[in-house]
Order: sequence, then structure tokens, then C-alpha cells
Amino acid sequence: MIQLFKMAFRDLGRNRRRSFFSALAVGMGLAMLLLLASFIKGEYGAAIESSIRLQSGHLQVRAKSYDESKTSLKWEDLIENPDQVAAQIASLNPVQVATPRLFASGFVSTGNESAGVRIFGIDPLSEANAPYREGLVSGDFLTPDDREGVLIGRRLADNLGLSVGDQINLSVNTSNGDVDEQPFTVRGIYSTQTGGFDGITVFLPLAKAQAITQAENRASTIFVLLKDSAQTDAVVSALQGPNYQVLTWAKMNELIVQTEDLASGYMSIFYLIVLGITATVIINTLIMSVFERTREIGVLSALGMKGRRIMAMFLAESSLLAVGGIILGLILGGLVVAYFTKYGFFIGNFGVTGILIGDTIYTRLTLKDTVTLTIMAFVVTLLAGLYPAMMASRMEPVEALRAEK
Amino acid sequence: MEVTRIENVTRVYKIGKVETQALRGVSLSIESGEFTALVGPSGSGKTTLLQLIGCLDLPSGGHVYINSKDVSSLNRNQRADMRRGTIGFIFQFFALIPTLTAYENVEMPLLLNGHSASERRTRVLELLKSVDLADRANNRPDQLSGGQQQRVAIARALAPKPTLILADEPTANLDTTNGAQVMEIMTRLNQETGVTFVFATHDPRVIKYARRVVTLRDGLIVENNNGTKADPGA
Repeated sequence: MIQLFKMAFRDLGRNRRRSFFSALAVGMGLAMLLLLASFIKGEYGAAIESSIRLQSGHLQVRAKSYDESKTSLKWEDLIENPDQVAAQIASLNPVQVATPRLFASGFVSTGNESAGVRIFGIDPLSEANAPYREGLVSGDFLTPDDREGVLIGRRLADNLGLSVGDQINLSVNTSNGDVDEQPFTVRGIYSTQTGGFDGITVFLPLAKAQAITQAENRASTIFVLLKDSAQTDAVVSALQGPNYQVLTWAKMNELIVQTEDLASGYMSIFYLIVLGITATVIINTLIMSVFERTREIGVLSALGMKGRRIMAMFLAESSLLAVGGIILGLILGGLVVAYFTKYGFFIGNFGVTGILIGDTIYTRLTLKDTVTLTIMAFVVTLLAGLYPAMMASRMEPVEALRAEK
Repeated sequence: MEVTRIENVTRVYKIGKVETQALRGVSLSIESGEFTALVGPSGSGKTTLLQLIGCLDLPSGGHVYINSKDVSSLNRNQRADMRRGTIGFIFQFFALIPTLTAYENVEMPLLLNGHSASERRTRVLELLKSVDLADRANNRPDQLSGGQQQRVAIARALAPKPTLILADEPTANLDTTNGAQVMEIMTRLNQETGVTFVFATHDPRVIKYARRVVTLRDGLIVENNNGTKADPGA
């Protein structure tokens, strides 16, 4: 066995440049796979995380009859005494924070422009709102008793040409089906680096939102963040009751999960193409090597080396190429992925509707992806060596000895 | 004792639709310890005959026996097994593995036969010494002259202690001095070890070393030994 690899190693050394470039082909293939996998993980991982952080939370507790698509404000679709319900939920150990929120739809108009928006009535003091507070780019955050202030996203501010202190008119649907319009002052402008969110979300203090929508002491949802997302199922079963529906982050972000699955599906086709190209390079190299060494194969065969062992010799070569290629690929891929994990990959506002994708994707390479792809690259390279190896092992010694060289 | 016996062997090559009769019915018996030359012009069938005796190829008709075993219908692996311990080869081109040192080339058949590391070491050093190359053990073929390479090939052929060594034009690529040296080493090893040598050649300077000469022409044995005419059909 050691002899076999020693011979294979020296055989690869005969044409160092060719062997190096073949291994490099495996390496570049692997590096590309690692980058793609980490890109997908980064993109969708970040999308789920920002969705959890910005809009879905880990869990939401809503009235049984609440229909999200209608943004219903009917009293029977809302949760009564939401502060009390939120406090009860917050008392559960795995829960980090629970806060009531009221959702409404409406539109913002300035002198000559308007835009459809969704209104989030939030408890300005809750730590669940940290992402918005930390994303403040100008002005101040809301206070609970602010009756005239709103917080708008930077994208909306840019679209409507608004800055802090400007007046806007906000028209809001109400619980009895009317539309109420009131003037507000832009108190602050926030950015979550997520255009899809910042362009349409306007924050009001919960009390003011309840007043303008006539929801009174009610909320659309209790927004819940957990200390650990793995606790989701446990908390869901603790919260089950006849009057409420409990939605999990996985359910609320189904679109992202499905899109990720779809993207992964497309990616596997891409992986196959990359590995196919790599395999072709290896097959080519080894076939050339078999042709160049036909007479040697004849000599080894004359010495009594069996086809199986000749085959093993060439497979040892392809496995050495694979190992060399994988080392190159891990270094190369590791460096590229590390760069994009640190500095990110700017894509601008390239979101799919309904999915919150930040403007910069930071690659995330998981150990599982690294191991899976490395094994894939190794197996494909080894399989690529199979055909040339079989070709060598099936040569008739007489024919092989007659070869020119 | 008979090392090999050939009975009415024919070998037909088909290239496309053209059939070439390389051997037309050859019978020959070689005894242990012989030092025999197969001679004849190119195309007379010398190499084909060596390949059949060496289990590298199968006859189209007739039988080939090695140590009384019929090898005419063995499969690839069985032939490889037969070659490995029983038959050594020396080729016209020196046929060493270029990536292996002289030592490793000689060691190769011992590795294939599963000898232990210490057995291999003793045997390889002894063989390299017997072909006067003990000091070149660590040289690769491209660091050796043609004559030296052919001597390594002789050592390699002897390594597994075969009963029969087949040499196809072993001096064709060597100058007179080196050719003579190779023939002298082969003669000496034949006498010292008793191993049977059969070699194909058309070089008169080589033929003179042979103790028996078998002449082929157009796929038939036309002269065997000391001038007696062979019966092609026998």
C-alpha cells in the first residue's frame, strides 16, 4: 500500500506542472462550492435572522381569528389587555422578551407625494425594539407618551424627501372600517439595512396607535423573542390555549425556508456542473498519463502485476490529486470565504418581496457544508480516476509492450 | 527436466480483415538449464514465440506447457500469476520503471510476490552485486547507461528466482562492449544459478554465446540445435 502511494506520488511528479494544474482544478472547484454554499447559508441565514429580529420574532401569540393578510383591526380579532398577556408570557423561563404590537395599514402623504405603509404600534420601552432604536440614523426614538411623533425608515424618508421634524399626514384604517387621518411629526429616521422593511414600516407608540385605530386596549399580537430558538416548540406547547393561536418563526418565515430549499436545489445542479468540469480535467490528465505509460504498464504486467493492482496504482494517483486539490481548495476557499464573511458581499436592494434580505450578504461556512463538499470533491475525483484506471488495467500486456514508449 | 514444451502452436493476428500467420505450427521443448537462442530474420516469429512461452499471449492453436502445466487457456489473472513467480523477462528496450531507483526496480517482482522487507533487501543487494551495480542501487534509470540499465533488468528478471528467463533482443540497443558484457553476465548467471535462458536475437555476436540455436523463418522452425532440420508439423 505504501509502495503504491510512493509510486503514485512519483508518477505525479513526472509532470509536475500538469499534476499541479489538475489538483488546482479540483481546488478551484472545491473553493467555488464552499463559496456558493456559504453564500446561500449567509443569505438565507441572515434573512431568517433579520426577519425574526425585525418582524416575526421567534413566536407570536394572536387571537384565534386574526387574519394577518387582512391586517384586521376588528375587536374580536385582537388580544385584549395585551400588557397583561405579554407579562404572563414574559414570565416563562425561556422567554427573553414579550411585547404587544398593533398592526395597521395606511398611507403617508406629504404635500405632493404619498406612499402606502404598514403601521407598527410598539411599546417604545421594550427591549424587543432594540434593532430599530439601534438603527436610528437621525432624530430621536419614540417615547410611550408621544402623541404626535412617528418613526420612519430611511428608504421611505428618501422616497418622500422627508427629514426629522417634517410634518406628514398619516391615514390609518380603524377598527370600525373607517379611515382616520392625522398630522404627525417625523421624530426620527431609522435604518435596518433592509430596504424591504425600511421602505414601508412606520412606528407609532402603542397607545397612540390604539387611539388612532380605535382598537382601545387591544393589540394584534404579542411579539416574543426567546433566549434560544431551540426552545421554540417547548414554549409553543406551554402557550397553547383555546383563545389564541401561536405562530412560530419557521411558520411565519415559510417563504424564506421554501426559497432556501429551492435555492439549494438549484445550487446542487450548479455543484454537479462544477464537479463535472473538475472530473473532466482529472479524467483527461489520467488518460494522458495512461497513454504515456502504456509500455510501462506492459512491463509491470509482464512482471506479473495483476489488472487490479494496476488499477489501484492509477486510483492512488487520482486520490493523491484529490488530496492535493482538496488542500488547495480548503486554503483558497477558506481565504475567499473568510474575506466575504468579514467584509460581506454588497448586493444593494436586491430583495425578493416578502423576504428581508440585507444589502450586504456575509458568507457563513458551516462545518457540515465543509465536510460534505470536501467528501463530494474527493469522491468525484476518485470516480473520475476510475475510467482511466480501468483502461490501464485492461490493457493486453502484448499490446502494451508493443507501444512506442 | 522439461521447463517448457510447445506443441504445434499457431498464432494468427487479425488486423481488420487481414490475417497474418505469425506462427504456423511450431513444436519445441526446452530443458532446465538451457541457454538457447531463437534466431531468424525480423518477422520470423521469434518475439511471438517468446510471448507465448512467457504467457503474455495465447496461441491461436496448439498447446504451451510451462513446468508441465498447460497454460494455453489460462485467463489474464492466472497468466499473471504464472508469470510472477516462474518467468523473468528482459526486453530490448530496457523497460525499467523510470520513477523507481535501480534498487526499487529489482525489488518490484519481490513486492508482487509478497516477500518480507528483509528478504527483499538481502535478495536485491545480492542481485545488484551479481550484475556489478551494487554502487548504483539508488540511481534512477536516467542516471544509468544503457548497459547498466539492461543489467538492472537482468537482476530484476532473476529476482523472484524464476525457472525461465526470456530475453527479447537483449543487446539490440547496446554497443558491442556493453552487449558482450550483458551476454557474459547472462551466461555466468545461467551457469551459477542453473536458470534457463531463452533469448531471441539476430545478432551473430550474440548467437555465439548460445549452447543451442533454434532458427525460425516465416513462422516455422527451420533448424533446431546443431543443424538438424526440424519437422514443422511434429
